[in-house]
Amino acid sequence: MSRFRVSIDRTLCKQCMRCVTQCTFGAIEAWRPPEVPGEPRWHIQSIPRPKDSLCAGCLRCEFDCPFGAITVGLRPPSIRPNGHWSESSVSDIYQQAEHGKKLLSGSGSDSRLPAIWDRLLLDACQVTNPPIDPLREPMETVTFLGGRRDTPPVRLGFPVMFAAMSYGAVSLNVQKALVAAAARHGTLMNCGEGGLAHELREQSSSIVVQCASGRFGVDLDYLNAGAAVEIKVGQGAKPGIGGHLPGEKVTESIARTRMIPEGSDAISPAPHHDVYSIEDIRQLIYAVKEATGYSRPVGVKVAAVHNISSIASGLARAGADFISIDGFRGGTGAAPRTLRDNFGLPLELAIAAVDDRLRHDGLREDVTIIASGGIRSAADVLKAIALGADIAAVSTAALVALGCHLCQMCYTGKCAWGITTQRPDLVERLEPSEATERLSNLLGAWKMEMEEMLGALGINAIESLRSNRDRLRAVEISECALKVLGVAHAGA
Amino acid sequence: MSNGSDPSCRFREGTVRIPSGCAIAAVVSEKGDYLPPGRIVSMLAVMRERSNGLGGGFAAYGIYGYDGFVLHAMCDDMVALRRLKSYLKPRFKVVSDEPLPTRPSPRVRNAPVLARFFGNPATGPDPEQAVASMTMEVNSTVPGAFIFSSGRDMGVFKASAFPEDVAEFFRLEEYTARIWTGHGRFPTNSPGWWGGAHPFALLDWSVVHNGELSSYGTNRRFVENSGYRVSLLTDTEVIVYVFDYLVRVKGMTLEKAAAVVAPPFWREIDAMGDGGREYARVRSVYGGALLNGPFSIVLANGDGVLALADRLALRPLVVGREGHLVYVASEEAAIAAVAGAGCGVSFPAGGEPVVVSTGKGRRDHAPERAAARSQASGGSR
Repeated sequence: MSRFRVSIDRTLCKQCMRCVTQCTFGAIEAWRPPEVPGEPRWHIQSIPRPKDSLCAGCLRCEFDCPFGAITVGLRPPSIRPNGHWSESSVSDIYQQAEHGKKLLSGSGSDSRLPAIWDRLLLDACQVTNPPIDPLREPMETVTFLGGRRDTPPVRLGFPVMFAAMSYGAVSLNVQKALVAAAARHGTLMNCGEGGLAHELREQSSSIVVQCASGRFGVDLDYLNAGAAVEIKVGQGAKPGIGGHLPGEKVTESIARTRMIPEGSDAISPAPHHDVYSIEDIRQLIYAVKEATGYSRPVGVKVAAVHNISSIASGLARAGADFISIDGFRGGTGAAPRTLRDNFGLPLELAIAAVDDRLRHDGLREDVTIIASGGIRSAADVLKAIALGADIAAVSTAALVALGCHLCQMCYTGKCAWGITTQRPDLVERLEPSEATERLSNLLGAWKMEMEEMLGALGINAIESLRSNRDRLRAVEISECALKVLGVAHAGA
Repeated sequence: MSNGSDPSCRFREGTVRIPSGCAIAAVVSEKGDYLPPGRIVSMLAVMRERSNGLGGGFAAYGIYGYDGFVLHAMCDDMVALRRLKSYLKPRFKVVSDEPLPTRPSPRVRNAPVLARFFGNPATGPDPEQAVASMTMEVNSTVPGAFIFSSGRDMGVFKASAFPEDVAEFFRLEEYTARIWTGHGRFPTNSPGWWGGAHPFALLDWSVVHNGELSSYGTNRRFVENSGYRVSLLTDTEVIVYVFDYLVRVKGMTLEKAAAVVAPPFWREIDAMGDGGREYARVRSVYGGALLNGPFSIVLANGDGVLALADRLALRPLVVGREGHLVYVASEEAAIAAVAGAGCGVSFPAGGEPVVVSTGKGRRDHAPERAAARSQASGGSR
């Protein structure tokens, strides 16, 4: 059952076949009409012909057609309208009945649960408390990662960093662009669990290295290569399960970086096999601190789950310098759809609950909280900080800046935009220096927007917004959610 | 004490607004001479346009010549006062208690029951901490009672009225002090109720404040995290707690505490090289204590005052020196009204702390000791 319809306007199409080469999903084929005896030869040339059932909706063909001849749209519902059985749930059953396999998806959850960010409004100064003009007055967005206990802090130019995306899940060109843009703005990128490619080591002061259960690429040099170390326990898109990079994506370079055989599946087990308790993770945190000579912050990344506040309190007591909390909208290269859509917690509620609990336990000043999972804009970042986070980590937004159209087919390795792929011909589609510019533009724009919003709030240092929930008001949020958020309703 | 959440409160936030601000003032003798309140009252009278009759008050240091703690309390009625006394009984060894001396004034209305208690905490190795905890507990849990002054040899006098009228009401002419601070209030964030007038005080700390903290939520969570109970409705309360925490609990100097609440900009810290390392450290550790938004404050304790404006100097602050007397005010006119022609004034830059120390001095006309005073009171009730 196809979700998309590809229309080619024959009056505009010049049969250049660019769309055929651009489509990685085979949804546009070069079709050659059969020869008709007696017809002239010139008539028998290939023309692009859509195969809607294969279309992923990535829009590469539409954007890349030099003649504007292609339009990709949603097909009308192909089942009878039903209030309970949506088209996607019926379609899923058809697929599972056909293949007998679990359904996968890339990117984050696209479920219809409300984005609480959109129901939170920021305050603005008026007569009694003047707004601050960021063009005339200094506006400080410097933020620190860690540094409040036994390791030194890492200074960030502003409280946005790139969340973990491994070499393997994304191409090396993407990682190169991420680290270059992060360095330009004095912030960090997280290299994810796939090790640190040799080409990136020169800019390691802008990199957070990650140690997941697969321990890919982890050795002493790796741990000491980054500005900070993140132990990944969970991921918002798929809480409770590990990672899987299929063997066909494990190229020679990835194999070398991850320290695994070429072509083998790279599997991160669901648990760390040396972590089955909070005491165990304390040992791991301090093992990493010992290995790095207490020279850099060591933190833990967890998915937002129902008892996240207790978990965060435990991690703070276990010695974590920072805690990354990944909400249920978090993206990924591949996740079982049933986990993606039915597990986890909205980031907004998780941040507020964790901040409250850490304050209650007297631990808030000991750790940095990084919020991630579906943050889409500078306003989302500021709202996360007002709810209690120190830093927001973004990845899907960064990929969108690089051209991602959220077709959610990352797990196929066929990314037509050259982002979540290792196919050399597709990787080439993303030029690192141009990608760096786009990411850098995004960060610069967000920084300016944040400064402007801070000015409207009458605040000239970002730390004065942290946990400043008085400056938020909610619109049409349940009383129960308001209580968790610690935010008053608009007008109150 | 009625507070701002009480809908019956006569003056509520937002009923009147003019584009002005509060008036703050201080007079300090660096030699420790004891001064009558004439100067501070005159300074605030000159700045009458900066207040609107919803709050005025004074803090005076060295007025009692008593080594223990003096609690000033306001209560809704005699029932609340009895409730307060029964709360204090097991916790505070009262040497004497008495009505706070006042005189009837047509311009000071709706006066609560005002009382003061001389004594020391009954238990605990740390009397300061005991009194601080007790004060915050009373203010957040004892219905109708509010302790608005709890220091040693100092007192706060405040009411919902213009400052000159407050001075008359509390018979300030009967006191002399080494340090006087005063405030005329134009409430913005909270209703104009008696407890919300300035100065705000805890132990020896008192703060008069002109401004509005944009960072209130962050600062409140910071002090709550450090064990303070925020129960009032104005941002000035957290300023007192921030300084109490930084100076009394963490042992910082006033200058260093000022660098926490109004730190140098990062570009300045970076330009200091190694010298900026300590600034960077305290800023990153105590980011939640940074006071953001417009403010100018005079913070006082028994040793002197700290005058400080926000980093962008969004609220005015003037300092004048005349011999051993130091004046601080929101307006130069206030200083000119009381100082001689030779008084030089300066305008501290935003975030630049002005610390004035006072000698303890010799009390040559010390008022009667507390026990005697209890018999001599002649309040308005």
